[in-house]
Amino acid sequence: MSVSPGPLVETRGIAKSFSGVEVLHGIDLDLNAGEIHALLGENGAGKSTFAKILAGVHRPTRGEIRLAGEAVAIGSPLEAQRLGVTLIHQEPLSFPHLTVAENLFVGGEETKVLGRVPWRRMAEEAARLIDALGVSIDPQAVMSGLSIADQQMVEIARALAADTRLIIMDEPTAPLTPREVATLFDIVRRLKSEGRAIVFISHRLEEVRALCDQVTVFRDGDLVQTAPVSDLTDDDIIRLMIGRPLQDYLHKEAAPTGNEALAVKGLTRAGAFTDISFSLRKGEVLGVAGLVGAGRTDVARAIFGIAPAEEGEIRIDGSPTTIGEPDDAIEHGIAYVPEDRAIAGIFKTLPVDQNITAAAPETIARGPFVSPRRERETAADAIDRLSIRLASARQPIGELSGGNQQKAILARWLLTDPQILILDEPTRGIDVGVKAEFYDRINQLAGEGRAVLLISSDLPELLTLADRILVMSEGRLTAEFSREEADQEKIMQAAVPRTAA
Amino acid sequence: MSATETFDAAKVRPLWHRIVVRPETVTLLLLIIAIFVSASLSPFFADLRFVLESATFYIEFGIVALMLTLVVVSGEIDLSVAAMMALSACLFGIAHRAGLGMPLAIIIGLGSGALMGALNGVLVTIFRLPSIIATIGTMTLYRGIAQVIAGDRSVGGFPSWFVGIDFIAVGIVPVPVIIFTILAILLGIVLGGTLFGRQIYQTGTNPVAARHAGIRVGRLKRILFIASGLTSAVAGLLMASRLGVVRYDLATGGELQAVLIVMLGGTYIFGGRGTIAGTFLALWLLIIIQTGMTVANIAIDAQLTVLGLLLILAIISANSIYASGRR
Amino acid sequence: MTALSRLARAREAGLVVMLVILFVVVGAIQPRFLTVGTLDIILLAIPLILVAAMGQMMVIVARHVDLSIGSILGFASIAVGMMFRDVPELPLWLGFVLGIAIGAALGFVNGLIVALFGLPAIIVTLGTLSLYRGLIFILSGGRQVDPNHIPEALIRMAQTSPFGIPWIVIIAFATALLAYVFLRHMRLGREIYAAGSNPDAARLRGIRVNRVTLVVFSISGAMAGLAGLMYAARFGYVNPGITGVGFELTVIAAVVIGGVSINGGIGSVPGVVLGVLLLGSVSVALPILGISGFWQDAIYGAIIVIALIVDGSVRAGGLVRLVTGRGE
Repeated sequence: MSVSPGPLVETRGIAKSFSGVEVLHGIDLDLNAGEIHALLGENGAGKSTFAKILAGVHRPTRGEIRLAGEAVAIGSPLEAQRLGVTLIHQEPLSFPHLTVAENLFVGGEETKVLGRVPWRRMAEEAARLIDALGVSIDPQAVMSGLSIADQQMVEIARALAADTRLIIMDEPTAPLTPREVATLFDIVRRLKSEGRAIVFISHRLEEVRALCDQVTVFRDGDLVQTAPVSDLTDDDIIRLMIGRPLQDYLHKEAAPTGNEALAVKGLTRAGAFTDISFSLRKGEVLGVAGLVGAGRTDVARAIFGIAPAEEGEIRIDGSPTTIGEPDDAIEHGIAYVPEDRAIAGIFKTLPVDQNITAAAPETIARGPFVSPRRERETAADAIDRLSIRLASARQPIGELSGGNQQKAILARWLLTDPQILILDEPTRGIDVGVKAEFYDRINQLAGEGRAVLLISSDLPELLTLADRILVMSEGRLTAEFSREEADQEKIMQAAVPRTAA
Repeated sequence: MSATETFDAAKVRPLWHRIVVRPETVTLLLLIIAIFVSASLSPFFADLRFVLESATFYIEFGIVALMLTLVVVSGEIDLSVAAMMALSACLFGIAHRAGLGMPLAIIIGLGSGALMGALNGVLVTIFRLPSIIATIGTMTLYRGIAQVIAGDRSVGGFPSWFVGIDFIAVGIVPVPVIIFTILAILLGIVLGGTLFGRQIYQTGTNPVAARHAGIRVGRLKRILFIASGLTSAVAGLLMASRLGVVRYDLATGGELQAVLIVMLGGTYIFGGRGTIAGTFLALWLLIIIQTGMTVANIAIDAQLTVLGLLLILAIISANSIYASGRR
Repeated sequence: MTALSRLARAREAGLVVMLVILFVVVGAIQPRFLTVGTLDIILLAIPLILVAAMGQMMVIVARHVDLSIGSILGFASIAVGMMFRDVPELPLWLGFVLGIAIGAALGFVNGLIVALFGLPAIIVTLGTLSLYRGLIFILSGGRQVDPNHIPEALIRMAQTSPFGIPWIVIIAFATALLAYVFLRHMRLGREIYAAGSNPDAARLRGIRVNRVTLVVFSISGAMAGLAGLMYAARFGYVNPGITGVGFELTVIAAVVIGGVSINGGIGSVPGVVLGVLLLGSVSVALPILGISGFWQDAIYGAIIVIALIVDGSVRAGGLVRLVTGRGE
């Protein structure tokens, strides 16, 4: 199939660190023209980071990229585009108020800014590009009026306008309907037959099988294997994705199951999750596994009152409860350690002690006033108990390491003496030593009779800590395993969408 | 991937750096310089009585600025303060002229301020309009209504006990200055010493995280906007007392004065930082600068140049100080 | 977002309908409103607002706002008025060029501060509003430029032209036409929309967003400078304490009602022209109906607030939240 003598793109030893933590460890990969290459891996395996490096969004810490045999430095998405590399985002990065034709051509051109916009030529060119994709989109339509699928088509058309040699698609099918997926596949196949190289990132194995020629599996920032798709079975691929050893943590002791602390029934919010029902007992750690976009965080946010569900019931200690605001949830003894610490967790410029006491004002109150003494003692106590490493409790929390910030957030919630703890990716981006401390802490909390809902993409973590594991995929619960029956392969089988939605 | 962003725990700014390099210190320093320069240029400034009497011309905006500080720390802004002063004062004046009696007229004046603040709060928290543009709209609206109800006439005829509050003094301190000082202490305690104050800082620093921590962010902001309306009404009444009459164009351009005082006091325009102490100092700095210009025979209108320049320099310098602390 | 873009298109039709309703209702009450003379008055009432609104809309489309235009108008008209006074032989066209250039320079300063320090435009221009107004007083020594110092030829521009319509009306609509061509057909004009629609995407696509900021503020200043000359023509004097005071609020009202979104990226010249016409018609209709001119600002204010609420509730379901009480 390939017409050029060598691979179109060769990467050699591509590594990437964020703030000193290496998340990609030297990737060597060849991408051939006229080939569709799938990148697979668990959440955080490094495939998206790698894709972003190719597209100029990130710069590699070290390593080399060769394009058609020539070493290139891709410093920005604009440079990538000039070199013929385009990344198509899952949610298109476009100008919602401009027309399709403008979205195809605005910016990037070296012509005079005072030049006329060649509307007619643009419209013709846009129509030609869109026709070439075999879809019907009005070039004069306003972008925001289009479906996500059509917006994606516009992005693809834009890649073609720039005469792109390498198109990277990061989970393009996730927001699409089956019919739209079929259209997309036709187009991708056509692009391939035109001799372009395509990188296709997806969690859906049957899509990879239907579409791709080569598959590369990432795991923990390493490239595990590259092989023709036909050489690997689904089970092979899943095994490659999860082949991570279980670490040597203390297994949680079997839970002395108490009464039901939290139960949800038929929880639904359009576009996020559908018909979610489960119950959680006191003293139990209930794990929730799933891939990115499976809807796990949305369920947690619904229970905590940030974006309440449209249908369904939440029962706490057996009685039906309405939660419209996080404040209500806290009232009912629920705590939520959010997934995105920087956005929803910390007050970056405020001192650590104020961060710790934020959700439990009663612990530092004397009437309506803050008691500096109680605040100092409460914070010092929490810092001590969770062994948060810092220079001073008056230090802005933004100066702490990620792990210590996370401990402070956990400390914040422990001050509310919660009966139900929802932990959303509590150990992401945290180094191994601190991780172990977190595991001990979670065990201990459950041992005190608290109910823990643990959302994690780290399967060994779930297997270590959880008494039961729920698996979500594309907004629905797809499996439930007891601790005894659960293993990484079963979980991943349930998490990976098997039939096109 | 942003979650992996890490810092070493050891990197801490030294204590002196934290204390010295903050906008309020700059305000204090400027105030001290201003006092010395003005006192050496004109013997008037060595006389505390003169300074305090001059203060009554600016104190109403100082009162408004105190409350505005809380609004800005919470991450919003209220540009309608001067218009609220005018409308509440006009309503008060017209209620009095209609023979409703002073107590009722005062209640109407204050109540209308609270209502106007509530409308601002609803626009910002329920309709989710940026406060910066929503209060530009209500500024025009409130001032326009004041013009409708008061026309271009002056409404006066207030009882003598009400007029001239700036001439009543305790010792050498005029009553408005006392009101300003008491309010400064009260709001200083609210912002710096209460749980509510904590929540204001937290909301201004990161509204999303604040909501996750159980703070009812919308309610908090509505309270602040209502308080801002109420405070503006108080300032409007004080101005009515000082001038003896009310007009629709009372306190025209006052939003500039109020915002300037807040910014000069080192409050961060993007929210989450700032103190009442800074605002308190900034008012005195402004009084000395403006009185100094007046003593130096610079026309009031030409003084606008300096005020505008000060506002821009204040936000630029506060911004860069906070940016240097943030790294 | 779909509702939003549909709204933008419906906005122009809605404004036409509102204009028609205004004329029918006011005409029914007071038939003399429906005479050609009224049209003349309306046309004469709007040129200043119209040209300044063209600049302001570009600033707002780019996600900023310019509060200083009233002071820029005042500064440019005082400065040029004084030149006319001191140099009577100054050609009229040069006066226009100077007025526009002075306005553009002051606007450029606004844009420079906003772009350089990343500060909110509304606070920066609140500062320059005051700064420029103070400079007007310093420059003029607080004295107004009297009618006998404004060139005859300039004043005639507000009265007539060979075409029967006053020159300043023609200039205003010609400016709107230029603005339309610029925003619709020039690459830089489209970059203003792109930068306002999605600044991050604009940067990724290689659009220099800071340059856009400088351009829109400079144009806004230039338009205010032009409006300053029109002020001198129309009113025959320039007063440091009166000329242009509060002008920015009228212009913002016209722009917002004309369908320009305060969140950037949306707004059309025809919409803004209609918004200006509507405001102008209201201001002319009030005295004809025997309503005091004092109502004008309150009505403008109400129009701004209502226009904001309409946009805001479409965007964020604000009305629903108000009714259900849900929505912190």
